[in-house]
Amino acid sequence: MRRWTSPALQGLVLAVAVVLIALLPRFTSEFRLGQFTYVAIYFVALLGLNILTGYNGQISLGHAAFMGIGGYTAAVLILGRKGFELLGQHPSHVIPDHGMRAVFTIPIAGLVAGATGYLFGIPALRLGGHSLALATLAVAVSFPAVAKRFEHLTGGGGGLSLPLPHAPLGWHISTPHWLYYEAWVSAGILFVVAWLLVRGRVGRAWRAIRDGEIAAVSSGVSPAVYKTLAFGISAAYAGVAGALFAIQVSYINPDTFPVTLSILLLASVVIGGLSSLSGVIVGALVLEFLPIYAQAPPLLHLHFAKQAGPVVFGIALMVIVLLMPGGAASLIRRITRPVTGALARKG
Amino acid sequence: MSTLLELRGVEARYGPIKALHGVSLTVSEGEIVALLGANGAGKTTTLRAVSGTVRHSGGEVVFAGKQLVSGRPDAVARAGIAHVPEGRGLFAQLSVWENLRMGAYVRGERRTLRQEAPRVCQYFPWLERRRDQQAGTLSGGEQQMLALARALVGRPRLLMLDEPSLGLAPTIVQEIFRIVKQCNADDGLAVLVVEQNANVALDAAARAYVLEVGQVAIEGESAELRRHEGIRKSYLGY
Amino acid sequence: MPLPLAFIWSEFAQQVTGGLAAGAIYASLALALVLIYQTTNVVNFAQGEMATFTTYIAWTMMKHGVSYWPAFVLTLLIAFGGGVAVERVLIRPVEHRPEIVIVILTIGMLITINGLTGWIWGAEVKAFDSPFPNRSLVLGNVSISIQDIGTFGVCLGTVAVLWLFFRFTTLGLAMRSVAFNPDASRLMGVRVGWMLALGWGLAAALGSVAGMMAAPTVFLDPDMMLVVLIYAFAAAVLGGIDSPVGAVVGGLLLGVVINLLGSYVSFVGQELRLPTALAVLLLVLVIRPTGLFGRVVVQRV
Repeated sequence: MRRWTSPALQGLVLAVAVVLIALLPRFTSEFRLGQFTYVAIYFVALLGLNILTGYNGQISLGHAAFMGIGGYTAAVLILGRKGFELLGQHPSHVIPDHGMRAVFTIPIAGLVAGATGYLFGIPALRLGGHSLALATLAVAVSFPAVAKRFEHLTGGGGGLSLPLPHAPLGWHISTPHWLYYEAWVSAGILFVVAWLLVRGRVGRAWRAIRDGEIAAVSSGVSPAVYKTLAFGISAAYAGVAGALFAIQVSYINPDTFPVTLSILLLASVVIGGLSSLSGVIVGALVLEFLPIYAQAPPLLHLHFAKQAGPVVFGIALMVIVLLMPGGAASLIRRITRPVTGALARKG
Repeated sequence: MSTLLELRGVEARYGPIKALHGVSLTVSEGEIVALLGANGAGKTTTLRAVSGTVRHSGGEVVFAGKQLVSGRPDAVARAGIAHVPEGRGLFAQLSVWENLRMGAYVRGERRTLRQEAPRVCQYFPWLERRRDQQAGTLSGGEQQMLALARALVGRPRLLMLDEPSLGLAPTIVQEIFRIVKQCNADDGLAVLVVEQNANVALDAAARAYVLEVGQVAIEGESAELRRHEGIRKSYLGY
Repeated sequence: MPLPLAFIWSEFAQQVTGGLAAGAIYASLALALVLIYQTTNVVNFAQGEMATFTTYIAWTMMKHGVSYWPAFVLTLLIAFGGGVAVERVLIRPVEHRPEIVIVILTIGMLITINGLTGWIWGAEVKAFDSPFPNRSLVLGNVSISIQDIGTFGVCLGTVAVLWLFFRFTTLGLAMRSVAFNPDASRLMGVRVGWMLALGWGLAAALGSVAGMMAAPTVFLDPDMMLVVLIYAFAAAVLGGIDSPVGAVVGGLLLGVVINLLGSYVSFVGQELRLPTALAVLLLVLVIRPTGLFGRVVVQRV
């Protein structure tokens, strides 16, 4: 009975979520809309990170760097050499002459970041647990320095300003609205892809490796193949998120994707719930709104330093790890179980 | 002789599997007692329940008139019980002498080592010559002797040995039991020894218990047990 | 063969001593990581932030008129107490959980402590006094900064004191025995839980030495130890995460090599030191995953 009801309920929740997201722009200011665009962007990045860390058991503290690679790919393709020259930069010869439409750069950014992640996943095979966390943290810390160094590609420390994007095909909506839909449609597509991956053969292999590599080998799963694949796919998600981010802010520089972002991404995945796709939306909301509300708690007329965000974030993370290992997703499940149970009995 | 160690209906389990179904036994002051039985009968678990490396889920362990707390091996050690576990529990990366220092830790390392090391080294004269060798590089017999020496340095009231003969040549086994008996004669050290090799154990021990499936099946004087037909067939092999 | 730049011995010597001073800081923090890893099998990602936090405490004491060395010693004591408390309160409950959980917990500590530091003392960069004169020692045509010599001396001095402690004291021996074989240590009457807490305390104190030695040159700010932490990790992994000697040698080696690469290889320069260190680290890990001095651990099913 419950077996039958639970997917139906999931479908219902998903449908409600889609309607809410589609209708939100009608009821909210453009400022709020921007915040929810960031939620979509973080949602994409966290989906990818959860595939890697939650489903495959590999920690990454370097996902902001993969976002950065995606962001720069998009920025460079949008500008083209002409665009660089307009900004007074001296572009590298590998950059195509003319710029592209922002939307089309998104999948390319995903591919480039994914390929980089895949390559990084090969040495990462030799690392596990803490050494992988360390190596990826080092990637995140190194990224800004590398981006500054190769200024013919990245514009160096000054960064790259992008033209403000407009809705295509003469669609008459404002830029923030267009960016909102662009981000959420990407998020929706990538959510479905993640869902299909995770529940299929690949997902089973990932989980088998996470739960015991040697046992996985003996049941015919190759850890090398699936772990690098997880790294590649995860980085591709980050790349798409980075491209969306760069397009959203119309600007990118080496500090757009700092180490802190990498660390907070991991924290958000854990807070949302490792190996839970529905937890990811909680993680994304937390990542966007927790720092804001921690600094100025709603209803209380208080205003804290901007460090209040990270402090609350860190404490939340520790509390989750100590008391609620399944993250927010397990909490939701615990609350909804009686409800779904009751519905199942009624149905 | 007064009772030093008493187990009353001790039960213990590994997860869902019950290993001891109420073991009762006593060791008196100055007595050597052997614990015999087939593989999996619960001999090792009995020792571990005493030393606290396994929690007992029922019954009680009384040592020198006081109840031992379950699951606190460090407190049991300080109460005066030295447990030489299966596999000896040496610190392979530390030197021979550092292992002895750890044996003295329980009663205050420096003073105890100064007082006890000369006494213990009488039994094992080679220890002083090889004091700086890494314990892990010793031969099996030497490791067993070092484990014994380390236990003796702490001057315990009760020594528990888990299969000291395992994997060792007969002459070394004899040597080890000779030293154990010597200590027992010299200082009245009480010993509870678990052995597969019933012959050797019954030679050294005054009394013995035979465990079967987590319970005491037979108990008695060593001489008496030697005559017991079941024991002769199952454990002594004649 | 002609060298790419005019090669001057005195400059080379200065780069090496500068590298050794930086390396000594990496070595201290690396040793702190190894101490904790050996006893509790945890890599503490918050080690650098704990060091920064205590360095700020030292700064506050000095601002209120405490002179350098008393402040230094007090800070070590505070750090030690803090380390013990962290182990008891936060690490103890997750002791037997999977490694990934503990790593994430220490990342939570990293975020929290970093935020608290900024919240309490502000994000702006502060100057931190050095106990050493800002002069150079001239030997022939080589001049060596006294700051570098002092840093090197204090860090390695602390390491030496720790070595003596572990080698010759009862407590040190008990802590080593716990690192090698906690079950056997319990049978020897050792209170293992307290030894682990002590290990965290010592590591925190060692980290605060690294923090106070780094602060005069890198200046005090909430993020100052992040890069140092990565170098320290790299040093620890380079030497083998379970080898104290490896951590010290790895730290010194890394300090010198990075300094020399930064000054003599123009492609690396100032900016690409960290990525270069990362590349070296990855290379070492791929070729020899247990590090230069590490033990091979057999993986169990």
